[in-house]
Amino acid sequence: MQGIEKAAKQRAEELLNSGEVARVIGWKEGDFSYDVSPATFTKENVQDFAYTPFCGANLSKYLIEESKKEGKTAVFLKPCDTYSFNQLCKEHRINRDNIYVVGIECDGKIDVDKIRVRGVDGILSASDDGENVAVNTLYGEKTLKREDLLLEKCRACKGKKHMVSDELIGEEKDDAPRPRFTMVEKLENMTEEERFAFWKKELSKCIRCNACRNVCPACSCVNCVFDNPASNIASKANADSFEEKLYHIIRAWHVAGRCTDCGECSRVCPQGIPLHLINRKFIKDMNGFYGEYQAGVNIEVNAPLNSYDVSDREPKDFDSKE
Amino acid sequence: MQVENKEWKPKIVAFCCNWCSYAGADLAGSSRLSYPAEVKIIRIPCSCRLNPTFILKAFQRGADGVILCGCHPGDCHYTSGNYFARRRMTTLFSMLNYLGIEKGRTRVEWVSAAEGARFSQVMNDFVKSITELGENRKLEDLRCKE
Amino acid sequence: MKKIGVFVCWCGTNIAATVDVKAVVDAIKREPNVVFCEDYQYMCSEIGQNKIINAIKDCKLDGVVMCTCSPRMHEATFRKAAEKAGLNPYLVEVANIREQCSWIHKDIKEATEKAIVLARTAIAKVLLNAPLYAGETPVIKRALVIGGGIAGIQSALDIADAGFEVDIVEKKPSIGGKMSQLDKTFPTLDCSACILTPKMVDVSASDKINIFAYSEVEEVKGFVGNFHAKIRKKARYVDTTKCTGCKACMEKCPSRKTPNEFNQGLNNRTAIYIPFAQAVPNVATIDPEACLKLKTDKCGLCSKICSAGAIDYEQKDEIVEREYGAIVVATGYNVINLDHFNELGYSDCKDVITSLEFERLTNAAGPTAGHLVCPSDGREPKTIVFVQCVGSRGLRPCDKPYCSKICCMYTAKHAMLLREKHPETDVYVFYIDVRTPGKNYDEFYRRAVEQYGVHYIKGQVGKVVEKDGHLEVQASDLLTNEQLHINADLVVLAAAIQPDDTARKIGTMLTASMDTNDFFTEAHAKLRPVESPTAGIFLSGVCQGPKDIPETVAQAGAAAVKVIGLLSKDKLKGNPCVAIPNENMCNGCSLCATVCPYGAITYVDKEFRVMGKTVVRRVSQVNEAICQGCGACTVACMSGAMDLKGFDNKSIMAEVEAICK
Repeated sequence: MQGIEKAAKQRAEELLNSGEVARVIGWKEGDFSYDVSPATFTKENVQDFAYTPFCGANLSKYLIEESKKEGKTAVFLKPCDTYSFNQLCKEHRINRDNIYVVGIECDGKIDVDKIRVRGVDGILSASDDGENVAVNTLYGEKTLKREDLLLEKCRACKGKKHMVSDELIGEEKDDAPRPRFTMVEKLENMTEEERFAFWKKELSKCIRCNACRNVCPACSCVNCVFDNPASNIASKANADSFEEKLYHIIRAWHVAGRCTDCGECSRVCPQGIPLHLINRKFIKDMNGFYGEYQAGVNIEVNAPLNSYDVSDREPKDFDSKE
Repeated sequence: MQVENKEWKPKIVAFCCNWCSYAGADLAGSSRLSYPAEVKIIRIPCSCRLNPTFILKAFQRGADGVILCGCHPGDCHYTSGNYFARRRMTTLFSMLNYLGIEKGRTRVEWVSAAEGARFSQVMNDFVKSITELGENRKLEDLRCKE
Repeated sequence: MKKIGVFVCWCGTNIAATVDVKAVVDAIKREPNVVFCEDYQYMCSEIGQNKIINAIKDCKLDGVVMCTCSPRMHEATFRKAAEKAGLNPYLVEVANIREQCSWIHKDIKEATEKAIVLARTAIAKVLLNAPLYAGETPVIKRALVIGGGIAGIQSALDIADAGFEVDIVEKKPSIGGKMSQLDKTFPTLDCSACILTPKMVDVSASDKINIFAYSEVEEVKGFVGNFHAKIRKKARYVDTTKCTGCKACMEKCPSRKTPNEFNQGLNNRTAIYIPFAQAVPNVATIDPEACLKLKTDKCGLCSKICSAGAIDYEQKDEIVEREYGAIVVATGYNVINLDHFNELGYSDCKDVITSLEFERLTNAAGPTAGHLVCPSDGREPKTIVFVQCVGSRGLRPCDKPYCSKICCMYTAKHAMLLREKHPETDVYVFYIDVRTPGKNYDEFYRRAVEQYGVHYIKGQVGKVVEKDGHLEVQASDLLTNEQLHINADLVVLAAAIQPDDTARKIGTMLTASMDTNDFFTEAHAKLRPVESPTAGIFLSGVCQGPKDIPETVAQAGAAAVKVIGLLSKDKLKGNPCVAIPNENMCNGCSLCATVCPYGAITYVDKEFRVMGKTVVRRVSQVNEAICQGCGACTVACMSGAMDLKGFDNKSIMAEVEAICK
């Protein structure tokens, strides 16, 4: 992995120094090495570019603004991020001609919280040999099993192939997609009351920080309905328990058929609400009801909710087992 | 669970498309085919006009059941509206149920302009099943009650 | 504060018997914004309407709520009254307290309570209503008919007869279509040419009709009343203004090996040709694929022989741009390709032919001058087998799921004519069902069986193979449950018909919807069968579904009437309840356009000033002349930028809230 990390940084520098691109969207480390955030680099600050096991963030959304700027923008996209990129192209939100896509190898990214819950404190940095993660801490090095530390979204990885790229760094492994509907199925098999209890517990944690909305590449409206008084559903905070549901149902509805299952919503939720389970339910349903559809694969195909078949099932038949 | 007092009557919002179902409701009326007064109809041009937000808003404001009536598939005045509505409602209802909301609270029925009797029967049936489900507590303000 | 007036109608006792109208008035009077509330026996009467007018004027009302019968009954009446008083008609809302209340409830208390809720709901909506104005667009008084078969001809003649200009665009060198190829027509057995030719002459003689033969529609833009079309006039290499149709060129042309399309390839034609004797326009066309001069620059005989000097080897395709108010689609049909029906031997045996080929073989103007012979060796057939439903009503991928409708009748016609001309022949017809609904149709079929002794056998033909100069037909008789082996001389396949292969392209061009079989979809299967859902596009003939000639002519006439109705208007008043995008909120994502059945939504890049900077954003635009106001786009839109006038998000929400209060 370390080779890739170096190569990525080197390529970012090259692209900027040669003048091929005016800016590069990538990741940079914060005060702590695990505290990685998306950043736009120019020649002046490209030395801060980093590609580490903590670079889970999907950078495609930043192109909405950056691709409008003068000159080309290069963006580093992991395989899963390219689905969001395609979806944004499909919806004419980004200017493809103004973008240079560097596809970058990814073997799954690490959730720092999963290191912490294993009692490891004082984390300084981590390195990954594909099998294990060596965590360098204030108190010495700890080795943990990599699989246990993967971000939730990486545990449901759609595969290591880029849907789009102008060049590739590293290799594209032939990994099969991981199963991603296990938890959705578990919920489906619960009773209505159990499901209600589950979601009441989860959604009542919501503090309406809007992080899920702000990070979501599909939630990119110029003016969000929740910020727009004319929509009659605008609100800044949850006034009652229904409103949490209203917010999350409508948010999921608005991205239904457009959500690429990039998992960013759950990754950034400060309350740890498994928001991806709502989006994945829509994905699973639409696949089951109307045939397999993966947003961000083929930009020519209409999403299930924007197409129909005369022999579609009736609304009452939604839970008939396949 | 059934602790409702006798006075409790459900609130039902029925969205009817202008061309088929609203006319079907009119025919039910002119044929004097009764259905409970709890059903209140909102006229929309086509079933595809029904935004899920309207349904959620109805529940938020205390509706106990929401029903959408449109032209039979294949008969849409706008050719494809009810096909889109069918997909939208199927996925939305599935989602509401996934969140624990009773399956019976939402319904879609296709009622043509000639089916006055069916309109009345559909509404009677829907009100009956909502009455059996009882008050819509799951979508009310729970935080204040606990 | 908006001032609302509310009127509660008794409708005699229809409402007043179950709804306590006085109680409704008392309750509604106390509602905020309500400045006027009154009840009256019959609001729809002149006195009732005058009450509305006076109240609007006296109280300076901003909105009116009518608690009456269904809006489907009298909404228009009340809106007109409001308009008379100077109030925008869309500021009138109807609370349906008759059909949805008094007529279905018995308990007065319950019905009265419901009536009050319905009135409040209508008030909530009218408070948010904005005045709406229907846009007007001028109508170009010319029609385009795509396709010059009997459907197109009939539509064009009827439209021209009403005094409007019509252009017919036909891709073949002559108008006439399939009907010109037919010999006799069922059920009266009159000669097809005899009834079609006068119509073709009428088309050619009409000063209102322009024929663009050997031309194709290349592009159509615009909307109802204002279509803009580009028509490609393909190069004929013959100056049509000079050619007299003398056919001297055809006699001299040395290139004589091109299969004659008009005779279904049963004989050959020259490179320069007039497809048939009655062709309109009666001018020659050079086939560039066959012409030696055009291919190798050697020859030029036709140019030398033509006394009119009409030959022009340098001619190029020409694009003509024309404007139309309405378009009639009459693209017709073709028989399906029988390559996938190997078991019936069509590709391998010369004596297995389609019914259309049979028409040409029995036609006096056909390749055999009407003398029926086997194509393989020219002998007269003695045993002829007709196979029905070849490719129709099937489930295999090469089959069509639908019934082609005309085959039962034309096969009965063929069998009958055969037996009449050649009483010595044996004629078999294999069928799944015989479908003969239609005036004098079943009688016709029965005559074929009873009077002419045609052997009708219920069952399917499994295999046709050539054996010792004969065709062995293996079939099953389902009624006697027997396997049959018939030694036939000629096998005639009633091949399924399908929309012309240009139909899909034209459908896309016109944004007119089509079904999975490429038949054009009608605006309503029962009530608007000759209109496409796209305004200004009308359907004529088989392009909409299989039809025989009488049905085609009837539909062509109906389509013409619709066109005349449209063209006789100077201006079209639109429906003001159309979609309206808020460009400040629009993402330009195109989702709304994917669900629009009318193609009413387009996108433009537009400059916006945001915080002192100019940004260009892609935003949607709705063509109000095309939008029909279904609202599909409003739900597809995530940002809420797309709304529907008259049924906007806010007012529907207000209705929901009023009901749930």
